[in-house]
Amino acid sequence: MSSSQHIVRSYDEELTRISNRIVEMGGRVEAQLADAIEAVSKRNSELAQRAIDMDAHVDEMETEIDDLTVKLLARRQPMADDLREMVAALRIVGMLERVGDYAVHVAERAVSLSNMPVVPPVLVISRMGKMVRDLFGDAVGAYAHRDAELALSVWRRDRDLDQLYASLFRELLTYMMEDSQNVTTCVHLLFVAKYIERMGDFSTNIAEHVHYIVRGHKPEGQRPKAGSARIATE
Amino acid sequence: MQLANSENAAKDGVGMPEKTGNLTTESKAGRTPMVVARDVDVFYGDKQALFGIDMDILPNEVTALIGPSGCGKSTFLRCLNRMNDVIEGCRVEGRISVDGQDIFDRALDVVHLRARVGMVFQKPNPFPKSVFDNVAYGPKIHGLSSSKDELEEIVMTSLEKAGLIEEVKDRLHQPGTGLSGGQQQRLCIARAIAIQPEVILMDEPCSALDPIATAKIEELIDELRENYTIVIVTHNMQQAARVSQRTAFFHLGKLLEFGDTDQIFTNPSVERTRDYITGRFG
Repeated sequence: MSSSQHIVRSYDEELTRISNRIVEMGGRVEAQLADAIEAVSKRNSELAQRAIDMDAHVDEMETEIDDLTVKLLARRQPMADDLREMVAALRIVGMLERVGDYAVHVAERAVSLSNMPVVPPVLVISRMGKMVRDLFGDAVGAYAHRDAELALSVWRRDRDLDQLYASLFRELLTYMMEDSQNVTTCVHLLFVAKYIERMGDFSTNIAEHVHYIVRGHKPEGQRPKAGSARIATE
Repeated sequence: MQLANSENAAKDGVGMPEKTGNLTTESKAGRTPMVVARDVDVFYGDKQALFGIDMDILPNEVTALIGPSGCGKSTFLRCLNRMNDVIEGCRVEGRISVDGQDIFDRALDVVHLRARVGMVFQKPNPFPKSVFDNVAYGPKIHGLSSSKDELEEIVMTSLEKAGLIEEVKDRLHQPGTGLSGGQQQRLCIARAIAIQPEVILMDEPCSALDPIATAKIEELIDELRENYTIVIVTHNMQQAARVSQRTAFFHLGKLLEFGDTDQIFTNPSVERTRDYITGRFG
């Protein structure tokens, strides 16, 4: 946040509070995400349940931060960087909540998967999981430090995740064609992979908003994108 | 008249990166500025109040002048119709033209200038006359009408343009001072437009008004923009953001930033502008 202070001290306090709560919420979702991914790779239903249980708290935080932000908008009518901060806050909080929802979806699949035979592509899921945790962690870190460079790096790296998703998609298709016994497991894994890929997209969007806060505009140009899985199916 | 010298305009590019931008915008839009100020210095006695102001004000736009008290924004506004002439010890240097005409030209009649560049003040100041006479006064002394009917036509049209006609049509011959504050201010605007100015200067026109009267004036400003060039001084940031297309930020007698209002209020390029509009210590 900006180093110089507002004439009205309580304005600074309100801005700081919102920002801190968002970072805190980001941390919660990060933990939720980590649990969900680990639940898949370690076939651990307890971790999955923990991720699912955490969601109510994440949702509460979203409501609370939205409320704080709307009140600040009404009370202070922020301008320039403050305005960008608040517009981004509303959006980022929404995206954090969505990532939390995807973590819950992953965790739910993890519960089902823990009772099914293991198929080798689950290793790719672990790699995707590690990648999305890094991306999301960096997006939240970029927000916490208002680091536009880190945000840009998240924005660029999402392509790697997309590529991994596309290759996993092909691999799962092969397994399903090989043995129809694998279809149920593979479909679950495919969903998990899609959720992870979406979490990567949200991390990128968060990064774009951090860039907007710091530089006053979204990153310029087309985001580097890998060929999507849609292409992979053709 | 030599209006713009792009080299000069860009010479102190630091802190004024938008200057060259201005010229580009105008050539792109193909519009000639209505008011051009070049290197304007103003002194009150020994004290310099404005330092080398360069500004192009485009026709049919609202230009907002903002900045902390004492920054020179009202002083600059008053330069544009030579209201500073009446202040003792005030000296203005530099060049200002309105619609291509040098306003310091010795041949120019200052009364005529003030008819072309009308002004609305902070506190509504209707004459102690009837509503009708308040508006009729200007056209009468400037000889804008040749008959009673024509004068009435001007008065009614002006009141209509000022959005006041509905409220005063039954009390045209009652004192203007009997109207509410907001109505009085719109009466003053009607009085200003009755003499068919090109430019209307407004010095904090809403600071003495309640939010509803303020909203009416703001709505009016937006309508008047179609036919006039408007320059407004305001201390209300939100108002500047709402009513203007371009915003100029003054600080300690200098023009620090001048650009599109949308950009200034979402992403100002000068640190001091940012500090001021966000309410930080400058």
